[in-house]
Amino acid sequence: MMPWQDDPDVIVVGSGAGGGMAAYVLACSGVKVLLLEAGRDYDPVTETPMFQLPKDAPLRAAGTSDKPFGFYDATVDGGWSVPGEPYTSAEGTNFMWWRSRMLGGRTNHWGRISLRMGEYDFKPYSRDGLGFDWPMTYDDLAPWYDKTEMLVGVYGTNEGLENTPDSGPEVLQPPPAPRAYELLTKKTCDGLDIPVIPAHLAILTERQAAERLSNRLWPDNGLARRVTRESMASRAACFWATPCGRGCSIKANFQSPTVCLPPALATGNLRIVTNAMVREVTVDAGGRANGVHYIDRETRTDRFASAGVVVLAASACESARILLNSRSSSFPDGLGNGSGLVGRYLMDTVGAGVSGQIPALENLPRHPEEGASAMHLYMPWWLYGEQARGALDFARGYHVEFGGGQRMPGYGAFSGLEPLTEGAYGQRFKEECRRYYGSFMYFDGRGEMIPNDDSYCEIDPDVVDQWGIPVLKFHWEWSDHELNQAVHMQETFAEIIDAMGGQVLSTVQTDGARAIAAPGQIIHEVGCTRMGDSASNSVLNQYCQSWEVPNLFVMDGGPFVSNADKNPTLSIMAIAWRSSEYLVEQLATGGLS
Amino acid sequence: MDPDLVAPVVPWDLVLSEDELVSLASLCDVIIPADQHSPAASALGAHDFINEWVSAPYEGNERDLTLVRGGLAWLNTESHRRFDAPFALLGAGQKAELCDEICYAPRAAPGLEAQARFFDKVRDLTSTAFWTTEEGMADLGFVGNRPMATFEGPPPEVLQRLGLT
Repeated sequence: MMPWQDDPDVIVVGSGAGGGMAAYVLACSGVKVLLLEAGRDYDPVTETPMFQLPKDAPLRAAGTSDKPFGFYDATVDGGWSVPGEPYTSAEGTNFMWWRSRMLGGRTNHWGRISLRMGEYDFKPYSRDGLGFDWPMTYDDLAPWYDKTEMLVGVYGTNEGLENTPDSGPEVLQPPPAPRAYELLTKKTCDGLDIPVIPAHLAILTERQAAERLSNRLWPDNGLARRVTRESMASRAACFWATPCGRGCSIKANFQSPTVCLPPALATGNLRIVTNAMVREVTVDAGGRANGVHYIDRETRTDRFASAGVVVLAASACESARILLNSRSSSFPDGLGNGSGLVGRYLMDTVGAGVSGQIPALENLPRHPEEGASAMHLYMPWWLYGEQARGALDFARGYHVEFGGGQRMPGYGAFSGLEPLTEGAYGQRFKEECRRYYGSFMYFDGRGEMIPNDDSYCEIDPDVVDQWGIPVLKFHWEWSDHELNQAVHMQETFAEIIDAMGGQVLSTVQTDGARAIAAPGQIIHEVGCTRMGDSASNSVLNQYCQSWEVPNLFVMDGGPFVSNADKNPTLSIMAIAWRSSEYLVEQLATGGLS
Repeated sequence: MDPDLVAPVVPWDLVLSEDELVSLASLCDVIIPADQHSPAASALGAHDFINEWVSAPYEGNERDLTLVRGGLAWLNTESHRRFDAPFALLGAGQKAELCDEICYAPRAAPGLEAQARFFDKVRDLTSTAFWTTEEGMADLGFVGNRPMATFEGPPPEVLQRLGLT
């Protein structure tokens, strides 16, 4: 469908969480949007391997360098490396950059974990003197968290816990019933004073109340109400089978191509061009953005698209790369980089895990445990009091994601039994596999990293990708806060496993550098174009608008000032929605020209 | 990489020889034999999966190819030396005599470390191959990979077993 042929009002670069949401809000608001996606077109409805078995795939669907999360993972041409699109690292840096080249980007395979940042998370510097404060408060963003959760569909409960915000009334979907191993973990953690509560995940546990929600989201906009209602009505509820990481052909979980883009297209205001690898934002003589250059990946030719407003949502690092590669006489150090902060204060999440074997879970009667694929319960950060008393050797918190259960056996489901069974083979090995099935668990911490001067990306002047675009070079340092936190995670998880009567299977490290996951490995990279309250200390204002180029916005993980232990996707979407409404207001009042 | 996820194919050639596959199938069945609940590993194609695995063009798989080939060669050399027959034609007791020496790395004799690694690799790959088939999943009693109208959580007998009632 080509609804219109003239220049768009706004170019959005990237179709993932930020770009998908921006396209939805802008198109619903009557703004003509051209969405440029570097990857190929992708349709989760027809392309998702919903019930395919591991044995139907090469290597029983095991992860490879081509498909690090396994054959069925909804990642196209991506992973830690993208063919023909390298990046480099400073000596001693082992940053890993996950990309995917498909419509919807990483929203197709993400973990669906949707935790709100809390009031502390917006003002971390004010609380402990580390890092930086956001130019907005939790209350500023809360209404857009509500809107995002209503559109996306997020299950969970309101528990009223510290810095773990409640959602508005009738916003959340009901949480699924906990699984056996989750209940056992909760019982154990009750004794350790660790809270275990329903997780918040972007998965529909029941059909969306399309009429009620669309009326609530767009009370004064009939077009937006209609397209939103129709899109919601086309989504099914979870049928409690198949892994979310493959994507979802029944649209029960959130993916930009099933939730944001279809209603945006239905407005007639959105045009999507895929295989469009943006390399540069151009400016006019007055220093205003006037379009983008992109490489058409199929013909390998340079194209230009012009528009009055440019929104970058290519991912935190990719948007920084585009800005740094957009050099002109007006902006010799990269577009909107007068502060010198583009690429700076790159953050990932602190990750560390421990796995265990729980005898109580052996030989349990078989029953369905797939549920909503990912976790039904989780542990929000709970040691605020200890931290305030100075009892911990790190600042900021982490939450705990844990899993296990009687899942569909995949590659490696019974690997590593040698030490547990003293090398069993034959009939005894067969029986040991039956006994151990469903008794393995893992606990993963996901914690806050404090931004630092030594973790950043810049353009590597010596290397270009296959499109001729200069690539990023990464620099990375952890501080003791992250390293000590990773050790605390592993010690805590070993304590939980021990209290469950289980056996720790992995090595519990006392050296943080050994405990912590590699930077980028948790795939929560944010920062690089942070927002702030002045042009001297930030790239963007609180509406993701460039201080120097008012018709230029960045609406992905780039604007993040800190990286709380709340997985970033939900916040990226809420901030993109809020910023897009601001953009619409500015367009209406001529504030961008 | 952009393979068709809905209709997957294995795009590389398989490299193990017929003789190697005969030895491997025999070892797979020593590791997971038939019993009253399910067939032996080779009946479900475990050796063919291992061939697919060691033939794959990835660094780790290429290492495993050397490990598996070397291990199979050792197994047959040792079978001939002790029993004057290839591994596949040995009796159950003879096979066990060889496997007992390499099935558990901490107890493997000096000089047999690589053979113990080989055995553990084949054990892991055989178990993956076996339990990821429909027959293997049925043996385990896996309940899932089919749509359900509701998710009820664990049944009462499970809660009782775990002391959660």
